[in-house]
Amino acid sequence: MNYFPDEVIEHIFEYVGSHRDRNALSLVCRSWYRIERCTREKVFIGNCYSITPERLIQRFPSLKSLTLKGKPHFADFSLVPHGWGGFVYPWIEALAKGKVALEELRLKRMVVSDESLELLSRAFPNFKSLVLVSCEEFTTDGLAAIAANCKWLRELDLQENEVDDHKGQWLSCFPDSCTSLVSLNFACLKGEINTGVLERLVARSPNLKSLRLNRSVPLDALQRILARAPQLVDLGVGSLVHDPAMETFAKLMTTMNKCKSITSLSGFLEVTPRCLTAMYPILPKLTSLNLSYAAGIPGSDLIKLIRHCKKLQRLWIMDSIGDKGLGVVANTCKELQELRVFPSDNIGQHAAVTEKGLVAISMGCPKLHSLLYFCHQMTNAALITVAKNCPNFIRFRLAILDATKPDPDTNQPLDEGFGAIVQSCRRLRRLSLSGQLTDKVFLYIGMYAEQLEMLSIAFAGESDKGMLYVLNGCKKLRKLEIRDCPFGNTALLTDVGKYETMRSLWMSSCEVTVGACKVLAMKMPRLNVEIFNENEPADCEPDDVQKVEKMYLYRTLAGKRKDAPEYVWTL
Amino acid sequence: MLSIPLAGISIPFLSKKQNQRANITLLLLFSSVFNVAAMDESSRNDMKLELRLAPPGAEEQQHWGFINGIRTTTTKRDESSVLSLGYFPHATITTTTTTSSSSQAAALPLHNNNADKKVANTAVPNTSQKRTAPGPVVGWPPIRSFRKNLANSSSSSKSPPPPPEHHNKVVVGGGGGGGGKGMFVKINMDGVPIGRKVDLNAYDSYENLSNAVDQLFKGLLAAQRDSSGGGVNKLQEEEKVITGLLDGSGEYTLVYEDNEGDRMLVGDVPWHMFVSTVKRLRVLKSSELSAFTLGGKQDKDAT
Repeated sequence: MNYFPDEVIEHIFEYVGSHRDRNALSLVCRSWYRIERCTREKVFIGNCYSITPERLIQRFPSLKSLTLKGKPHFADFSLVPHGWGGFVYPWIEALAKGKVALEELRLKRMVVSDESLELLSRAFPNFKSLVLVSCEEFTTDGLAAIAANCKWLRELDLQENEVDDHKGQWLSCFPDSCTSLVSLNFACLKGEINTGVLERLVARSPNLKSLRLNRSVPLDALQRILARAPQLVDLGVGSLVHDPAMETFAKLMTTMNKCKSITSLSGFLEVTPRCLTAMYPILPKLTSLNLSYAAGIPGSDLIKLIRHCKKLQRLWIMDSIGDKGLGVVANTCKELQELRVFPSDNIGQHAAVTEKGLVAISMGCPKLHSLLYFCHQMTNAALITVAKNCPNFIRFRLAILDATKPDPDTNQPLDEGFGAIVQSCRRLRRLSLSGQLTDKVFLYIGMYAEQLEMLSIAFAGESDKGMLYVLNGCKKLRKLEIRDCPFGNTALLTDVGKYETMRSLWMSSCEVTVGACKVLAMKMPRLNVEIFNENEPADCEPDDVQKVEKMYLYRTLAGKRKDAPEYVWTL
Repeated sequence: MLSIPLAGISIPFLSKKQNQRANITLLLLFSSVFNVAAMDESSRNDMKLELRLAPPGAEEQQHWGFINGIRTTTTKRDESSVLSLGYFPHATITTTTTTSSSSQAAALPLHNNNADKKVANTAVPNTSQKRTAPGPVVGWPPIRSFRKNLANSSSSSKSPPPPPEHHNKVVVGGGGGGGGKGMFVKINMDGVPIGRKVDLNAYDSYENLSNAVDQLFKGLLAAQRDSSGGGVNKLQEEEKVITGLLDGSGEYTLVYEDNEGDRMLVGDVPWHMFVSTVKRLRVLKSSELSAFTLGGKQDKDAT
């Protein structure tokens, strides 16, 4: 290959987009490494502490788009105490210093201060796209800076962030000259916005394809906005609540009829069920529907709605749809690929979903490959049926609300059911377990789940053997997160080299001791082994035999981090 | 083998430790009745092992068993029964949102909440009880706090919602995601320019909150006093403990701003009511209290 001129190889590499493929290319030989690094524009960093920004910038001089993830996944469920880390400011500062021509920044579970957003908005004249998922600490002031200073902003996408809403006029900060918006999502903001300003912004954004509103945008404003943006492809309705003026509602229906391009619908943070009929004109074309924020819609209304959605590929919904409703989904949505069923607040058991709903889905939707299913119970028989019907699962996440519940029919653990899943779904990359589980399920996982990259375990297993089966068997394992399982030091220390092949390991409320973590840290200098010491005073050295409440370890080339809070001990 | 189903007894007004002792006493009483000698050697050994509150030494395998059919390794196999001791909250609530059950929380004595939280959180000797998820457990079911807060604020705006006054609409229950999991509110202290944030869900009483405030600020306060010093050394002896926040006896008093925008003294209402209405906290100098109009409001946020 070394007789090809570089320009030819560069040209070929242009067709290689996925970062994994790019990573593979860079390992082939030195010249490919060199060419690849000079031409790479998009970089994905799964753990912001695995490398320093300076090193990143040095390797990829053409960097334009950066994706960073911060806190461990279990931070989503309040298991990571406040202040752990994941600050984006040092990254933005380094990128600015390094004169990187940054155009896109995508952050997940990071701490984003207003100062970082300010700096971001000023330091990169070509900045086009900001996506923040599950981040925190910024306020609408930071958003105002982005709106005001990013002249070529195309995308501002805020998903499920904790934003302090100062109710300032951040939307007004988009200058009149800003006409480049393609995607605007502020659904997670809790405060009021000026609907007039929003309408004018939408009116001067002819390329706007995705618009997700927050709950403060009422029905009449929604109608006016949609009237100005019939080209929308993705709509997030903030609030769909009964308006006493009937003609507003009629107007909305007429406007919806004109929105011929909408294929994705979400939001409904506040909704009166009978107002949903306004959405009926667009339902037949929908490929993606997210009703999982809409508490309080009765199952019957959901069912009526779903009957119109024959083209759905992705459905996120509340369990108030019930098993019967899932049966309707199975009959209607033959193209379904991704399903998420979230638990609603109501304790009314009769409305919730069980294994029956899942079995129905598996029978009707053979293309299903991603599942997140919160349910009240699951049986081995059901899982075995699902495994047979849907061998294409890539992501299979089951969360039984009673985390250690056995099969209610046989009183057995769910080992066989999950075993069937991993045996049948050879392409499974992500798995989350729940229910009563012994070491056996891990034996199955180790044996069959060859493509497994991420495994989440809670309240499962009986002994170190369980964890060892997984560590030994799953060659492609990258992220392992374990809580409240009886896995201890033997499991942790048997194969320490394994952790350098993985991104991270989380263990909380397990049987691992401080001493073992110290041993691990000593043997593996390129791992950061962090233990969280929340209950002891900061200067108290814990005993080696003491159990570790929370441990998070990850491979890194950046060494011990300097921004850890007091309760984090990096061993 | 024998599985004595009484280790689920919980006496609400006792603390977790007292409950454990009660359970042991009861177990010992009953075990003599049930003729322990009838058990085989290995199960007696297991029992011996399990009667301790601390787990057995870190040998090969540890068998985990639970009573009340929640988890047991013994039911279908020939292994010996493993008697577990511990405090099992007998409520089998499967949902964990604390807001809809905020009235529930009020009904349960504070001790229970303490114990529940301790069961999930602390590095207490790992007895089997932590493996179960009987009552509300931190982080289960695994739902993002954002989604939980959303559910809480939606449920507080009852359906059908009143016709909205478009420009004056109050986001019901929105704000700080009242009462949901991971409820962080800002807290500022007089004389300290940098504010902190506290997670109110991490505390279940005013006393704990008061201690937390002390922890949060005493270092910063000492640093402020010591600003002429060279480094940022935290000289432990020079940090004054911040006390008397709640009863007006200390140098500082804890106040808060509620969801109606009013400044209120912390401690008047039951804890859970406080948590559902508080928007931010302030630690004022007690001498300045009279200078502030409690119950009035400087700048209105939401209308």
